[in-house]
Amino acid sequence: MQLDQLYQEIILDHYKRPHGRGLREPALSADGAPHRSGEAHHVNPTCGDEVTIRVAVDGDRISDVSYDGMGCSISQASASVLHELLRGRPVDAAFEVHEAFLELMSGRGQVTPDEDVLGDGVAFAGVARYPARVKCALLPWMAFKDAAARAGVGVSPEVKA
Amino acid sequence: MTTIVIPEGMPQFDDVPRFDVEAVRADFPILSREVNGHPLVYLDSANTSHKPRQVLDVLREHYERHNGNVSRSVHTLGTEATEAYEGARAKIAAFINASSPDEVVFTKNSTEAINLVAYAFSNASASAAGDPRFRLGPGDEVVISEMEHHSNLVPWQLLCERTGATLRWFNVTDEGRLDESNLDELINERTKFVSLVHMSNILGTVNATSRITERVREVGALLMLDCSQSVPHMPMDVVDYDVDFIAFTGHKMCGPTGIGVLWGRAELLAAMPPVLGGGSMIETVALTGSTFAPPPARFEAGTPPIAEAVALGAAVDYLSGIGMRAIQWHEKEITAYALDALATVPGLRIFGPTVPVGRGGTISFALEGIHPHDVGQVLDAQGIEVRVGHHCARPVCVRYGVPATTRASFYLYTTTNEIDALVRGLEQVRKVFA
Repeated sequence: MQLDQLYQEIILDHYKRPHGRGLREPALSADGAPHRSGEAHHVNPTCGDEVTIRVAVDGDRISDVSYDGMGCSISQASASVLHELLRGRPVDAAFEVHEAFLELMSGRGQVTPDEDVLGDGVAFAGVARYPARVKCALLPWMAFKDAAARAGVGVSPEVKA
Repeated sequence: MTTIVIPEGMPQFDDVPRFDVEAVRADFPILSREVNGHPLVYLDSANTSHKPRQVLDVLREHYERHNGNVSRSVHTLGTEATEAYEGARAKIAAFINASSPDEVVFTKNSTEAINLVAYAFSNASASAAGDPRFRLGPGDEVVISEMEHHSNLVPWQLLCERTGATLRWFNVTDEGRLDESNLDELINERTKFVSLVHMSNILGTVNATSRITERVREVGALLMLDCSQSVPHMPMDVVDYDVDFIAFTGHKMCGPTGIGVLWGRAELLAAMPPVLGGGSMIETVALTGSTFAPPPARFEAGTPPIAEAVALGAAVDYLSGIGMRAIQWHEKEITAYALDALATVPGLRIFGPTVPVGRGGTISFALEGIHPHDVGQVLDAQGIEVRVGHHCARPVCVRYGVPATTRASFYLYTTTNEIDALVRGLEQVRKVFA
């Protein structure tokens, strides 16, 4: 049944038991100052799904990705997977994963995901075949990008400069 | 044993006009297709309806046989096209009992029809020569309701921002009815315009308008009804309803997309300034200034959607042939059946009236713990097409504390088998997300 490709067990697991859900204050560095952080709230205007992502950065490492939101299983599971994949990673490596996920989602089901890079994110390969749901899966990832930029580690040129 | 005596003159079951639903379904080619390996169960007619072969044939024949531009050609094709276009206008006027075809203005859709009135207000307000009925400023009030589609909300918000007028609204009760408890305060001597949805596209509520009309007349304001969801499903008589404007759209009533209607009282249309300028809407043009054609041409600048208008005329013929009373009754029966059937689904909550009275065949609901997007996706895998989301009526979702709903909506071709399929489909949804 086609549905199984969309609603993989991994996605339903993340939806029912989300990892790292809830917005957290950034931790403190050794010198007592809080880690740099940024937050972004994204909305899918066609369905009303919402997600808030908060990114904390310690040096060149993403020390935490915390989030809250409401929406369909795809968008909320995607936030949980994002948290699992990017928290604790060096900034550069996190953005490599980010790019790989975007590539997977824009591939219309033609991209074979690399499990070493994307981990549980490979479960979203089936979602890429449903254009109406790709936006759901990308919602937290787009919010992450904005939040990271606000934490000073964005990939957009004006932030990098 | 008691005998119930039915009073003389009471309508009887047998008096209700009926039609053969299976014969009607055979007119709609798309209804025989499959979706994801299942027979199509189309429960999204409030979004857009399907088109019968009779309408598609007219659309095709127009382009194959009578294609020409309207109102400007002396040649035969142009004359035929003009006759077909104006003939469609006359059919639509008769369909809603307008006193003249000149009261029917063709637009792109309901949204454009509503915006046309809003911009006429804007233009009249910006000119000292504007008719006082269409002039708005600080201190004036425009009234809508909490259950409007965004198309009957945003244009008035924008108009009020442009003119300094105040936007006010009717609230909605817990049961999904219009809260008229503050009617006399809400519609008052400061009210210039009231624009109200006739049938809610999300709650299914059909608003009773007579008390509102009476109050609007008392204070000397104007009344518009957004009939996008009502004209396709029930008889409409603009004289009987005593309104000033109505808007509706072709694609929800078996017609093509790209064609809608603004009906306005002749004397009001005549008092409205133009909105779009261009060809066809003028009387005489000089570089120093222009004068404008009388309605409806004044509001139809540029080449209109000719074939679409002609096909909408065919749609009106098709619906009239079956009978709007019969269609209304069929949908009432389907709605009653669906309300009962949905009540058997565990964890299902209906937004809007739960009795088939004062409501149409559009039912929004939530399944506890399952997001509408996921409901819609699992239903689609079984060939069942419903709409999910906020249905362009976000204030209604906010009112009931949900981000979105799932909506099943019916039409003349909907069967009880399809309602059964929906209920079975919802069981499957609950299994996937158990």
